[in-house]
Amino acid sequence: MSSPEISRDDVAHLASLARIDLSESELDRLGAELPAILDYVQVVQQAAGDDVPAMSHPVPVTNVFRPDEVTPSLTPEAALAGAPASEEQRFLVPKILGEE
Amino acid sequence: MSITATKLVPFDEALSRYQPVMGLEIHVELNTATKMFCGCPTEFGAEPNTQVCPVCLGLPGALPVVNAKAVESAIRMGLALNCQIAPWCRFARKNYFYPDMPKNFQTSQYDEPIAFDGFIDVDVDGETYRIDIERAHMEEDTGKSLHVGGSTGRIHGAEHSLLDYNRAGIPLIEIVTRTIEVPGDKAPAVARAFVNQIRDLMVALGVSDARMDQGSMRADVNLSLKPLGSDQLGTRTETKNVNSFRSVERAVRYEIGRHAAILDGGGSILQETRHFHESDGTTSAGRPKSDADDYRYFPEPDLAPVAPDPAWVEELRGTLPEPPAERRKRLQSEWGFSDLDMRDTVGAGALDLVVETIAAGAAPQAAKKWWLGELARTANEQGKDLPALPITPTQVAQIQGLIDAKRINDKLARQVFEGVLAGEGEPEEVVASRGLEVVSDDGALGDAVDRAIANDPDAAQKIRDGKQAAAGALIGFVMKEMRGQADAGRVRELILEKLS
Repeated sequence: MSSPEISRDDVAHLASLARIDLSESELDRLGAELPAILDYVQVVQQAAGDDVPAMSHPVPVTNVFRPDEVTPSLTPEAALAGAPASEEQRFLVPKILGEE
Repeated sequence: MSITATKLVPFDEALSRYQPVMGLEIHVELNTATKMFCGCPTEFGAEPNTQVCPVCLGLPGALPVVNAKAVESAIRMGLALNCQIAPWCRFARKNYFYPDMPKNFQTSQYDEPIAFDGFIDVDVDGETYRIDIERAHMEEDTGKSLHVGGSTGRIHGAEHSLLDYNRAGIPLIEIVTRTIEVPGDKAPAVARAFVNQIRDLMVALGVSDARMDQGSMRADVNLSLKPLGSDQLGTRTETKNVNSFRSVERAVRYEIGRHAAILDGGGSILQETRHFHESDGTTSAGRPKSDADDYRYFPEPDLAPVAPDPAWVEELRGTLPEPPAERRKRLQSEWGFSDLDMRDTVGAGALDLVVETIAAGAAPQAAKKWWLGELARTANEQGKDLPALPITPTQVAQIQGLIDAKRINDKLARQVFEGVLAGEGEPEEVVASRGLEVVSDDGALGDAVDRAIANDPDAAQKIRDGKQAAAGALIGFVMKEMRGQADAGRVRELILEKLS
């Protein structure tokens, strides 16, 4: 069984999408480890034939709905209690870069 | 970035060389009482962060649960757009890092939308164009950012941003068309008519306020050009958040001219988002498409799949409003409108307003006259769509009622409209505060008629001799004396009585 293709560049790309700052040595290590992890997934894929649909939820349920009825929200104080910073009853976030 | 003015090729010239290809994405905010995945209320204009909970704040351990009413609305919308309804579909996480979603992802649908493969027909200048709908999927709205520091309230130069998550999690349906290729000169009007018709449909379904001016309906306009006769699609730009029907039309026009200028100059179109500016109808560069658009979608593990029971879907089909084309036909015959009357009404986005004005008691032609005349002019001057004007169909019907009761005339009615639009109150209040009531009191009118006769003995004599047409001059004098507030019909009667 051949290992899925995943290059060092792929790892670097995924890391940047996930905003994970990986060092050169970490990229080297993960570039080797990730294909091995994907190998395990391939074993599972072999076990399941085309007649077995991909599972999307650990419990086989559908249509778990709630009625459109208002339930109490948090107070703004409680909502903001965990925020590192707030101002004017809003969450304060640092300057946003790279976006218009 | 260049600061020189953007070069544009005139619209007609651009169309002599290129075929525009459009795609429209419309976000519709549902009018459910609660959010998509939690019971927080959705009221507009609440104090910041008063409608938030662990689910919509994305706090650890919170478990989202789908709003049944939102699914019902999504299915009804899908059916009204002539779509297939998925027998089984899932939600997906759209991962990105931007503080408008506290979860660092937006719950959306990816390759399994609840509705797909539909169409609607729109009429422009007497022609019908079929717009194919690729999909309509469920997702959630984002929070609102306030950028602090810098001069313009925009991100550029801002020191930091402040977030209100009241809107985060409000149910949204995104409607995506397939590519739209219509004769180039019709493209801007077809885009506008499509957005207009989606709005009418949402209002008829009762699933959304669909107010573009308030952000409960938003349109993104994708546009590319291909050389006439070519099959090769050009690179597209995506103009974001075009917030009125009129702007949809203008954005398409502008981008056609801008793309043509770049292509004519041998340049290539940069695939990017563009921002539309209401003030001058131009667009400016936003964000280039980049790695950041790799959203790493994956199925949302915290939500169970949605598998609508076919019996439920059929039951919902039974609740659909009359299809737009049939409704227009029925209204036209009920109102006795000509094809042109109807086309003008629909084209102005005034159909529902006219319906409501008639329901409030006005005659069809009168309702049409005000919305397509006085009010359309005002909306145009203010760069707004008709529904965004601060006047209701009921008020328009009340003003017409004042005219029908001969308490004001058409000329005075214009001042009543002006007063209502300026926030001076209900029509009755404007009439009272501005003193606009027509004078039909015989005492006051009689005095003015006497003065008119004294002023123009020649005309008076002609009337005595049986030339009633000469009364016009005397009526004109009275109207002038009474600053337009005389009941012209009564004045005429008085003149003829006095000179018989």
